[in-house]
Amino acid sequence: MIIDVNVYLSRWPCRRLPLDETPRLVERMKKLGIGQAWVGSFDALLHRDIEGVNARLAAECAAWPAGLLVPFGAVNPMLPDWREDLRRCQEAYHMPGVRLHPNYHGYTLDDPICEELLQEAEARGLIVQLPLVMDDDRVRHPLLRVENVDPKPLPALIKAHPKLRFVILNGTRGGRPAAPLAGEKNVFYEFAMLEGVAGIEKLLRDVRFPVEQLLFGSHCPWYNLDSAVLKLQESELTGAQREAITHGNARRLLATGAGR
Amino acid sequence: MFDAYPPLTRRTLLARGAQVVACAAVAGQCSSAVVAAGRKERPSCRVWDVHTHLTGFPGTGKERARSLLKYADRVSIDRLIVFLGFSRMPSPSPKQFREDNDEVLRVLEAAPDRLFGFVYLNPNYVEESLRELDRCVRDGPMVGIKLWIALECNDPRLDPIAERAGQLKAVILQHAYWRTVPNLPNESHPGHVAELAARHPNVSFISAHSGNDWERGIRGVRAVQNVYTEVSGFDPTAGVVEMAVRELGAERVIYGSDAGGRSYASQLSKVLSADLSETERRLILGGNIERLLRPILTDKGIQL
Repeated sequence: MIIDVNVYLSRWPCRRLPLDETPRLVERMKKLGIGQAWVGSFDALLHRDIEGVNARLAAECAAWPAGLLVPFGAVNPMLPDWREDLRRCQEAYHMPGVRLHPNYHGYTLDDPICEELLQEAEARGLIVQLPLVMDDDRVRHPLLRVENVDPKPLPALIKAHPKLRFVILNGTRGGRPAAPLAGEKNVFYEFAMLEGVAGIEKLLRDVRFPVEQLLFGSHCPWYNLDSAVLKLQESELTGAQREAITHGNARRLLATGAGR
Repeated sequence: MFDAYPPLTRRTLLARGAQVVACAAVAGQCSSAVVAAGRKERPSCRVWDVHTHLTGFPGTGKERARSLLKYADRVSIDRLIVFLGFSRMPSPSPKQFREDNDEVLRVLEAAPDRLFGFVYLNPNYVEESLRELDRCVRDGPMVGIKLWIALECNDPRLDPIAERAGQLKAVILQHAYWRTVPNLPNESHPGHVAELAARHPNVSFISAHSGNDWERGIRGVRAVQNVYTEVSGFDPTAGVVEMAVRELGAERVIYGSDAGGRSYASQLSKVLSADLSETERRLILGGNIERLLRPILTDKGIQL
């Protein structure tokens, strides 16, 4: 059983992808032994009717067996009345968390509006997923030149919100977490963008990243789903490490939430 | 339990990609199984990684090579093509590229049946590059040429090197990026590779990284039949191999990783996740490069 915490539904704005239709995604998940995916919506990047995006996401997830696709809604704090979107994510759609896209929505992590949003999410006991980057900026579509999220404010934010559970997506590209950990236990990373031979093994052994804070993530369907599965095989890991990374940590994270 | 996840084996890897995880098979039985099935015409089962470097691990060259092989084994990759040495200078002096090639030559000795070398040249130094090509390929064990970012490869200074490659039956692997931000100085793109290849129709060229911006990179080499696209060294973005096969045919698509900076797993997954026939997957994972290398290996008395 694998829990993949970094999956999207719907369509990437400028490319069709082999698994961008949910039945095909689910079929591949089953073949690879992925029993649960935490999903956001690609629509959340550019659509401004965020409530429409979240409603479709919730409906799509509800069409599949319970627990297979777990929706993480979007909140854009630059839009009027964003608190209502946050409320609906939790109270109407029973989402355990939200996935934020500051770079696509026009704010930074040290923007006061971000602080307000995190305070609200913390008060509600929601998980906050934060993708730092969606694609390779060297080959990004020329009309979608969105800057990557600057992770520098992250350590302070994590420290300032000890009860908020952060899941940093696409944050291990350099072979280490995008922002240094300083003993905080409320932040988790996944390894979709982790590169290098034996990357997971090196992250745990050489970088000393705590295994209890590492999650399985694929960034599918932008990335193929197989990459993350094969990374587990490429690295030499103990049974306990595999269990923690593939599902133990994610299960614990979800279970400790007050959002559901 | 994840521990019940069966290991990826060579046979299942070739047959069905990473979904093979549900399938138990024994590594190393591929060839006999194929022969027994009366399908000798099928491409080889061996998996070749045509793009690896001595990076990502500490130690001497041989120690690094052993590490590369150890992890290659974990994902059932049989053979590695190694190049560039330690210095990784974009435009090395002749002295420097000779030292880099010496390092690779020493490394090849660690596992001569599994490690193959491409000679690193700098076409800004044509005469010295030709001498180095003779030293490492004509008179040595290397079987191809690696060109990086010293010069845009449509430059006429590449012609004598390509001509000599043709005489030696050596393959040329050219780094080629097509960025949506400006390319690096002197960095080739797939269109440059196609231009050079069109002037040398008897030489096989590998356009590395599919240009990274692969929707352009694949198109950029489409019209020139002696250019092969290789899928190493960029994110495992879904759909690249499907597009390459659709536009070029599986006979012109080659697997490589750019290890150790890149993961074998992330790069291999591009091929394993793609919706391909078994024959197409075999070609991409090893059949095509074996076909390209067979003439020079035969000249060197190396049996595949």
